[in-house]
Amino acid sequence: MMSSVGLPHILILSAALFTIGVFGLFLNRKNIIIMLMAVELILLAVNLNFVAFSAFLQDTTGQVFTLFVLTVAAAESAIGLSILVTFFRNFGSIEVETGSEMKG
Amino acid sequence: MIIADILFYVFATILLLSAMVVIGARNAVHSVLFLILAFFNAAGIFVLLGAEYVAMLLVIVYVGAVAVLFLFVVMMLDIAAVKRVDLRRKHLMAGTVVGAALLAELVLVFKSWTSAEGARDNALFQAMDGQSIGSAQALGNILYTNYLYPFQVSGLILLVAMIGAITLTLRLRSGIRRQNNNAQVTRRPSESMGIIHVESGKGVEL
Repeated sequence: MMSSVGLPHILILSAALFTIGVFGLFLNRKNIIIMLMAVELILLAVNLNFVAFSAFLQDTTGQVFTLFVLTVAAAESAIGLSILVTFFRNFGSIEVETGSEMKG
Repeated sequence: MIIADILFYVFATILLLSAMVVIGARNAVHSVLFLILAFFNAAGIFVLLGAEYVAMLLVIVYVGAVAVLFLFVVMMLDIAAVKRVDLRRKHLMAGTVVGAALLAELVLVFKSWTSAEGARDNALFQAMDGQSIGSAQALGNILYTNYLYPFQVSGLILLVAMIGAITLTLRLRSGIRRQNNNAQVTRRPSESMGIIHVESGKGVEL
């Protein structure tokens, strides 16, 4: 346990990480791979919050939920990347705007 | 404890900088490599917080599996030709506004936030005295008893993800000869053998 680095420091760090992730979603509208990576950053920020509260409340439950978040994140990126591979195969690019063929 | 403090700020700085490179790099391979760096630094912060097991899991699952998967897909798809010239400008404004508002709100919340009286006493699974909250044993005790059903469900999620990934990327190409087990096993001599009378001087068409 750290002495002077308090809970607010870690929470602000994870808030900044979360914001970078959201900003990355806006910034990389052309590239789905980087959008997926931005989602990973957002989930990492959430995990950081869970672990910080777990450490400061001396409660192990937070880390159990971190495990579940990790599981879902791994599943999400596997499915996302396989959708991406199929998308690339069908359209020849990974730009999000290309996938608007279903527009009426 | 001063070393731990310095380490925290070092890890935090590198984490934020590498996260910025992840979303800003022009080359997707660089993005993946900096994502790996970000995960390593987050694992360092987890170790400082006393959550060693989660830190190891982050390194093994993310760096070992997820990031390598990303790298594999990036290199396989060969998408160096992604043009990101003027499109950035269009979304930069919206992204900046949303990001700044979000960050300001979160920082304001965390600055004025205080823990409730006696919040520690309400902990569901208080860490034992002298035992680290990150120890794998404490985590396993809780995970396999109190959270058994969510644990099973997460296994199911992984199974569904695996089947989904396989079905999405499976491609049956035409023109290549694949083994057809069913046809092979149900083959009968009467269907596959026969006597052909060949006239001399002519070939046989099979």
